[in-house]
Amino acid sequence: MSSPARPRVFLVDDHQLFRAGVRGELGDAVEVVGEADDVAPAIELIGERLPDVVLLDVHLPSGGGQAVVEAVKVHHPQVRFLALSVSDAPEDVIGVIRAGARGYVTKTISTAELIDAVQRVAGGDAVFSSRLAGFVLDAFAALPADVEVGASPSFDPELDQLSPREREVLRLIARGYSYKELARELSISTKTVESHVSAVLRKLQLSSRHQLTRWATERRLV
Amino acid sequence: MLGGVAGGLSRRVGIDVTVVRIGLVLFGLASGFGLAVYVLGWLLLPQEGETDSIGTRAVGDLRGIALAIGLVPALAVALLVASVLHAGWLGSLAWPFFLSAAGLVLIWRNAADDERALIRRAAQPLIQLGMDSRRSLRALALRVAVGIALVAGGVLALMLGHHNSLLRPLGGVVLVTAGFVIVFGPWWLSLARELVAERKARVRAEERADMAARIHDSVLQTLAMIQRSADQPQQVVHLARAQERELRSWLFEGRLPGSSGEEDATFAAAVRRIQREVEDAHGVPLDAVIVGDCPLDEELRVLLAAGREASVNAAKWSAAPVVSLYAEVEEDAVSLFVRDRGKGFDPSAVAADRRGLAESICARMARHGGSAVVRSAPGEGTDVELTMPRSPVGSDRRASQR
Repeated sequence: MSSPARPRVFLVDDHQLFRAGVRGELGDAVEVVGEADDVAPAIELIGERLPDVVLLDVHLPSGGGQAVVEAVKVHHPQVRFLALSVSDAPEDVIGVIRAGARGYVTKTISTAELIDAVQRVAGGDAVFSSRLAGFVLDAFAALPADVEVGASPSFDPELDQLSPREREVLRLIARGYSYKELARELSISTKTVESHVSAVLRKLQLSSRHQLTRWATERRLV
Repeated sequence: MLGGVAGGLSRRVGIDVTVVRIGLVLFGLASGFGLAVYVLGWLLLPQEGETDSIGTRAVGDLRGIALAIGLVPALAVALLVASVLHAGWLGSLAWPFFLSAAGLVLIWRNAADDERALIRRAAQPLIQLGMDSRRSLRALALRVAVGIALVAGGVLALMLGHHNSLLRPLGGVVLVTAGFVIVFGPWWLSLARELVAERKARVRAEERADMAARIHDSVLQTLAMIQRSADQPQQVVHLARAQERELRSWLFEGRLPGSSGEEDATFAAAVRRIQREVEDAHGVPLDAVIVGDCPLDEELRVLLAAGREASVNAAKWSAAPVVSLYAEVEEDAVSLFVRDRGKGFDPSAVAADRRGLAESICARMARHGGSAVVRSAPGEGTDVELTMPRSPVGSDRRASQR
């Protein structure tokens, strides 16, 4: 879990100004090894330079950032993704996470928090913004009612439900707590917090429940 | 609807479109006269936005007339064959066929583009009769066979019916009509449906364009204001934040820009209003995360009022760059959390000016069966937890999934 001192970072965003801004903000904390402005060049260059962390815009001109994650994961599962977006649309966020991104932060994030998030993802942890925590709580909270009705064979309590503790952790993240504050609040170690968040991320990615996707689209459509 | 005649007429005469339409339909049903009026109207009334009608254009269309005249030899041949075979009925059929073919040529050549598309579609089943999809081929064949049999029977009845009672020709007409309806009916139906769908899509597209115009307008205005107040960073942040909020509520919640005047219907909407108004009034961004939603009731209004007060306090006094607002609707309770990482204070030594917090928030919540916990320490920010149990009546949880 030890994160590299200076993670090698790759930027994918179609706004040149934004890439320059992030590059400047990250400064010496990371080593920026390249950038791309669309899906195809991103897939190619990431495969070539094999960065530790890819900062990925959810929306790209020729499709979602989801496509980049899916394509790169096939040959280079060690490359980690952190979604960075202005989008609040739940289906975009959940979609890119389910594709394999290790976290999601909004573009209004402060520099210090962004650097922290990059290092965390480089170290293999998950990064949940308060907004993502809210989405996840909402999505999983919507599930039990469906379960009772269907009692579907595909339902896996290990994957398709959050434990009370995980719920508690997510709730505190949604309230704006940092991992450190959260650990103090619950009297657990930061490591334990991280493992809870990673577990939630795993559930989010592996749960086969269509409800997760459906929830996101319904929210948007209705 | 078909040729837009009813609309044109009503505009000219000044009667309501529906009345004209009903009149035409009644006329058409009663005698066929209405149908003739409709076709005439289509030919003679100019289409909206154009100066001349199909009729006037046809008169000036020399090539079209030439084409129509080109059909004369065909008529001559038909008449000749008829006289040779002593089949008078063929001759009498040839005339109407000739006239309608010539008329169609002229109409076709002089119709406006969209009218032409309509005619083309109306004629399509004749052309495509044999080329339908494989799945419905058998059904189609059956339909056509039945239709042709009915039409043939009807024509026969009509022709033999002159020296008989009135019943037979009438039966013939009914048979012919039934035949046509059976052959083309389903297709006409789909055409009508398509027209309705098209109209709906157009309305939607217009709505979207209208919305985009509004959004662009408001964004441009904000940008202009930002340029003018470029030397006041606080003001710039405030403007940008307000614009961002408006765009978000439009993009992700489907709310119209500038439509915030009315009473909020749900808890989530009310929380977003608090966010909006506190940000506007105090210039500190509120990071709001909302999970679930439910209709508002008296208890929840108390909770919201307390939440608003806590937010205002945080924005005003904490000096934190951002305030977190988290709202959650659960089956048995609704909670609001307001948190900042600002100055904080010592709750046991509350200064007189901060009595508002303890007094109004905690006491009010307690009076309505809720609870309020305020935690703070100097230098560690403030955390306010507000919880209100849900009354059994309003327990249709997540009433709206949005």
